[in-house]
Amino acid sequence: MHTQLRSLRRQLLAGPYLLWMAGFILLPVVMIFYYAFTTTSGHFTLLNISSIFASIHLKSLFLSLKLALACTAVCLVLSYPLAMVLNHMKTKNQGFIVFIFILPMWMNFMLRILAWKLLLSNNGVINTLLETLGLPGLDVLNTPSAVVFCMVYDFLPFMILPIYNAMSRIQPDIIEAAGDLGAGELTIFFKIIVPLTMPGVISGITMVFVPALTSFAISDLLGGGKVLLIGNVIEQAFMQEYNWNLGSGLSLVLMVFVIASMALVGSKGEEGGAGVW
Amino acid sequence: MKLIQAIPCLFAGLALSGLLAGCGGKDSENTLTILNYGKYLDPKAIELFEEETGIQVDYEEYVTPENMYTKYRAGAIDYDLICTSDYMVEKLIQEGEVLELDYGNIPLSENLDPAYFDFSKSFDPENKYALPYFFGTVGILYNKDMVDESKVNSWEILWDKTYSGQIIMADSVRDSFMVALKILGYSLNTTDKEKLEEAQDMLIRQKPLVYSYLVDEAQDEMISENAAMAVVYSGEAGYALEFNDKLAFSVPEEGSNMWIDSWFIPKSAAHKEHAEKFLNFLCREDISMMNFDYVYYATPNQKTKESLDLELQENTTIFPPNGVLENCEVLKPLDDEDTMELNLLWKEIKAAD
Amino acid sequence: MVKKSAERIYLSLIFLFLYLPIVVLIVLSFNDSKTKVQWGGFTLKWYRNLFSSSSIMEAFWTTIFLALASALLATLLGTLAALGIDAMKKRNQAIMIGATNIPLLNADIVTGLSLMLLFVRFTRLGMGTVLIAHITFNIPYVILNILPKLKQSNRTTYEAALDLGATPLYAFFKIIWPQIRPGVFSGFLMAMTMSLDDFSVTYFTKGAGINTLSTMIYTEMRKGIRPEMYALSTILFLLALILLLFMNFGPSARKGKEER
Repeated sequence: MHTQLRSLRRQLLAGPYLLWMAGFILLPVVMIFYYAFTTTSGHFTLLNISSIFASIHLKSLFLSLKLALACTAVCLVLSYPLAMVLNHMKTKNQGFIVFIFILPMWMNFMLRILAWKLLLSNNGVINTLLETLGLPGLDVLNTPSAVVFCMVYDFLPFMILPIYNAMSRIQPDIIEAAGDLGAGELTIFFKIIVPLTMPGVISGITMVFVPALTSFAISDLLGGGKVLLIGNVIEQAFMQEYNWNLGSGLSLVLMVFVIASMALVGSKGEEGGAGVW
Repeated sequence: MKLIQAIPCLFAGLALSGLLAGCGGKDSENTLTILNYGKYLDPKAIELFEEETGIQVDYEEYVTPENMYTKYRAGAIDYDLICTSDYMVEKLIQEGEVLELDYGNIPLSENLDPAYFDFSKSFDPENKYALPYFFGTVGILYNKDMVDESKVNSWEILWDKTYSGQIIMADSVRDSFMVALKILGYSLNTTDKEKLEEAQDMLIRQKPLVYSYLVDEAQDEMISENAAMAVVYSGEAGYALEFNDKLAFSVPEEGSNMWIDSWFIPKSAAHKEHAEKFLNFLCREDISMMNFDYVYYATPNQKTKESLDLELQENTTIFPPNGVLENCEVLKPLDDEDTMELNLLWKEIKAAD
Repeated sequence: MVKKSAERIYLSLIFLFLYLPIVVLIVLSFNDSKTKVQWGGFTLKWYRNLFSSSSIMEAFWTTIFLALASALLATLLGTLAALGIDAMKKRNQAIMIGATNIPLLNADIVTGLSLMLLFVRFTRLGMGTVLIAHITFNIPYVILNILPKLKQSNRTTYEAALDLGATPLYAFFKIIWPQIRPGVFSGFLMAMTMSLDDFSVTYFTKGAGINTLSTMIYTEMRKGIRPEMYALSTILFLLALILLLFMNFGPSARKGKEER
């Protein structure tokens, strides 16, 4: 009796948050739904949702998916060996080395984009360098490749950290035992290291894929107005075309996409022996 | 140990005091909320105005007129004063969103050349609503070392494959369509679907040659010689020429768009007197001069123009000569349906491969 | 031996990829030249301009204020919420945690837009709306950092203290607080980091004349780049360096000792 009362009283502590949640988490979602399913004059419609099938919107959705997948793949390919190398270095200043790889993440997101713009533009640092070496220049800025480049740069630490963490938790004894029992390096890698780091890989993938899929600022600033991602379409519907209903409809579709892709990755993760969270 | 525990407390104190200051410190009576194009007003002028009047200015910028329309229509912010282009002012006047100016509060408006009030009559017949700010044309800013100068007298050069990857187009619906419509010999105000689609085809064909679609950034890219030519407003060209003498400006012979940007007070204004005080301030000779130096567009302020160097007064990039202007057309507002149609065509261009 | 040097080379390549852009920004911040890339001699004028530019300094202080205030309020709300959620039945707990996850799962752009739709309907955009938005996306980080600590904590001690006549507040500070403190701190720091680095949500919910560094740099970049931005980058990089060094050799060092 006593404890029940106490527990009830303690539950009340969540009261302010419950109100906050209702007002600023659930209500906004309701607003998106409301706008998504109505016309400008307030009548019910499905057009805003179905407009995702309009060729331009589908095109930008596919482009977003393509770039996000490319970015995730590149991040994974770069991070996995890096995490292994970092883990191998059993030096005293391992902490310091990890620190060096997180530090760039602490620079403002926008300034990191600015830096790439300077590097990649026609008369930018890289092209000037190539020119003095007598090599042909690159035309990368204002193409999807530039956008992927910058996304990789921006999101790489989100992939490195979880993989590295998973890797450093593997007990050296297990690997040693496997070696003593005659397992080759490849067997150890595929049978022990990969499965045990899978949870890290999966949370890395979600942490990179979702922001890459929904980004609009990077393509805006490095795409030269030529790379139209689904995020840009939504942003323009809200900020340029004054078509909030369309923007909300597309946002809703994007929301479903994000949740679906995370569920997909999550279920794969469980097969591998661990959930995402 | 003690020190480390003290740090969050310190942060907490700081944040709380900041929060209180943030809520209590702002006097909403004595403010002025302005919405303007990017790079279109010297920040020093705002600081000076704040010093002189004690009014706090909240200054917000936008990129294209369509962007402005959305920001205003969203109703999320009560703007007191907005500057935008002719056709957008006209649209908002038609929609009944503009308040009449009280010229009694803007005595210095007599510094402005009456010719520009006459010009404004095309969208504000009785000069009740809009105060001219700057005017100009749209043309091609090009690099003399990279471009064949005998060809810049036509918009067609923007479709020339030799300049692939070196062309900057305007990232603004009406300006980009203007270029294509002018080549085709149509009015830039056409709403004929076939004509617009023809223009769209041209712009899609042009896309592989385009380095980027930009508005305010174009100037910088040209100064840094990242591209050979760019579609820009005349004042931007005037400014860029000062920084790189390889650059030149041309308004093609097919004709172009002549525009005039004006200030108006929207219906949302909560501080109309402050807005008028600010307009009067902008017409003052020293401020107008300061702004001219900053934005480098043609000023309708006669006093300012007269006090410029003769060389600058005769600078045809900044002050378009009559011959050029005669060939130019003014943009007219489109109704909602045509606007949607044009937006869709534009989006298809941006999404094309 | 070959493997070792291959590892070294790989590390240096990634290192180059991460730091080359930053080095470029730092070098250019001392470059006295109008065009972006040519070297025109050493200068400190961009730093002078930076500190005398009221718009940049204002954006800087707004960013700091928002980060501290939102992280603080989110920590307060989140800690209380975590305590409450922890006392709930399994089913209610699951519902609460599910709703808490919404801002984490959602794309930033959708969170920002949905809040904008709400604010536009009921009020005007201003500093208050940005603050609310930041608190909203910060709270989940706090809650999710504290809940596991509560789960690990020993409940019977707290109950016993109450049975022995301790006031709930006293019992909380004596028993629960020491157990959740690391979670509260890491939640606070994470919330602050998220707020500092946010662009999308601020972009959609800010009022006129209010800028954080992210939105200010975004508008500046769309107008063309001012070299003052390079100076700003250099300073922010140094700040991050100092802050991270402090964190690595401050609280975490302490935590390490406690665990031992």
